[in-house]
Amino acid sequence: MSEEMGLEMEQDLERECALENPVLPYLRQDRIPHIWCPGCGIGTTVNCFARALTESGMNMDDIAIVSGIGCTGRVAGYLNLDSFHTTHGRAIPFATGLKLANPHMKVVVYSGDGDLSAIGGNHLLHAARRNMDLMVVCVNNFTYGMTGGQVAPTTPTGPTQTTMPYGNFESSFNLPALASACGAVYVARWTVYHVRQLAKAMREGLQKKGFVFIEALSPCPTLYSRRNRLGDGVDQVKYYKERSIVKNGADTKDVGLTYQGDIVVGKFVDRERPTWMDSMNEHFTKVLGNKFTPYGVENGQD
Amino acid sequence: MQADPKGVLTGIHFMDGDHAACEGALAAGCRFVAGYPITPSTEIVERFAARIPTVGGVFIQMEDELAASIAIQGGAWGGKKVMSVSSGPGISLMMEHLGYAFITETPSVWVNVQRGGPSTGLPTQPAQADMMQAKWGSHGDFEVIALAPNSPQECFDLMITAFNLTETWRVPVMFMMDEVVGHMTERVEIPPPEKIEVVDRKWTTKKPGEYKPFETTPEDPVPFMTKAGDGHRIHVTGLTHDERGYPAMTVPAQDKLVKRLVYKIRDNADKIVDVREDGVEGADVIVVSYGITSRVAMAAVEQARAKGIKVGHLRMVICWPFPAKRIKELAKKVKAFVVPEINLGQMVLEVERHVAGVAKVLHVGHAGGTVHEPDVILEKIMEAVR
Repeated sequence: MSEEMGLEMEQDLERECALENPVLPYLRQDRIPHIWCPGCGIGTTVNCFARALTESGMNMDDIAIVSGIGCTGRVAGYLNLDSFHTTHGRAIPFATGLKLANPHMKVVVYSGDGDLSAIGGNHLLHAARRNMDLMVVCVNNFTYGMTGGQVAPTTPTGPTQTTMPYGNFESSFNLPALASACGAVYVARWTVYHVRQLAKAMREGLQKKGFVFIEALSPCPTLYSRRNRLGDGVDQVKYYKERSIVKNGADTKDVGLTYQGDIVVGKFVDRERPTWMDSMNEHFTKVLGNKFTPYGVENGQD
Repeated sequence: MQADPKGVLTGIHFMDGDHAACEGALAAGCRFVAGYPITPSTEIVERFAARIPTVGGVFIQMEDELAASIAIQGGAWGGKKVMSVSSGPGISLMMEHLGYAFITETPSVWVNVQRGGPSTGLPTQPAQADMMQAKWGSHGDFEVIALAPNSPQECFDLMITAFNLTETWRVPVMFMMDEVVGHMTERVEIPPPEKIEVVDRKWTTKKPGEYKPFETTPEDPVPFMTKAGDGHRIHVTGLTHDERGYPAMTVPAQDKLVKRLVYKIRDNADKIVDVREDGVEGADVIVVSYGITSRVAMAAVEQARAKGIKVGHLRMVICWPFPAKRIKELAKKVKAFVVPEINLGQMVLEVERHVAGVAKVLHVGHAGGTVHEPDVILEKIMEAVR
């Protein structure tokens, strides 16, 4: 077979796949291939997100995605949505500004554990406190991948990281407990083994009003697993499969993670609370009367 | 286009510079402010928080200046005209996001009501010591626009100019007040909306698929903008990017982008520069000043003239871009420049650089905390003609 024929067949195959792969319309295909390593779980979460978008039936023009910096921070760049790749840690405040300026948008923050809970930790707390109407997807791979495997606030006590060369002696964050304690109205954790549950949580998150926090555990085979002799990406997913315990409604204080220990997954929190904008509109209507026109609602100001 | 009447408080007011700056922003069409309290700038956001519910827009007090300075950029890409407000320590925290606004060409006004530094310094007292921070404070190559009002009236008037400049050039604009200008109370006249010219955002008319968010032409280095939700499915990144907004981390992409960002201002500096001159023709000495110091300098200039000295006054209403061409022209005609400023030598460096030894340049420095005594400026003028 000539080289030309081979190429033609490959293109045919691609076209066929393009017709059948439901995720493709959600991707900026001119930006593929992506930068993620073989065995990395971020792409799996993006697949789940694309499925959630399909199932939500939402108009893609009404959804914006905002990322910070890091491996997961690159998600925004691959999705065929209005997408913003911001500065390290600041995806949530950027998204806050975007949402408040254009209240008709559904704004999703998609970033990593280091970006959201270390450098951006303060913004996570305050956006949850305000019940800002944002959906936050936190891909937690327990490490800083982009910079070469440094210790993160999510790294469990024990494993070696480049900046914890003798093993991590710090304690780690329990992110669902943190988000819940600050006031998030929807909190869930799944792993990239739980693709259906993760996609469902994302769909519910897209349809939920208020601050949504979804933690997705994901392997980093290149840095976290390799350095700690945990095998490749598949080995990590096997671990997720074997040691995950589904406990919907679990008290988030009981879902902290330990090094290669049990993983409690599930939908932990699903409650109602007025969003920042609802509270603002209600309050200003009460104190300012007809001098105030509610903001960001149908027939109101925008 | 004319100002939106909802934001214009037409009339004669007796108000301080901070309040007037807020009214200028509202008149210019600013409808989203994210702030964080810091003396001596807080009155600007306090007034905005009180006014915006009935004007139509949003104020949010963020958890810190890092958040405020990026939230406004979310607001700009959401379609609003935006501003953030701070002073020394807060402005230092905002520097990374000033860079983000440069590389993403996000229209935004950044108010710095300058106080004494470094660090916490003199929170309630004035300085002009952040002028070089405005120019160089964020990392990488960029060109800023910075205005320096000297009265509450100018806080109003120049704030409208600041918004018009940021929308025209798609570059963050620094509004360099100081504690005295911020807190002095004077007559402020706010004209009717039809007398206020405002520049609308440079919206694209292209359809989704045809539009590239960072596409420019050799004739027009400023790209057209859209907002999230308009169907263009844009990508915006702080990485070096191509015309589509996609990351392009190559030497040619860096060369093309950063040169365009820098030269869209450098090549158009003549259109942006604003100096006010008084008696510079035939002068032996020219006092070069800006902001509050220009008012003190004027007293010294008048005293020198009373002594028979031929002294002119050049006030930079816009400090960045620097009026290099004008200073070079004048350097050939005068004996000396006298540069008073409330710092230990910042804008004077730029004067020296462009005078390039053709005339003397004498600095009148001040470490901050108050304004100069006119006498010290007068003494320098006398020294200059000796």
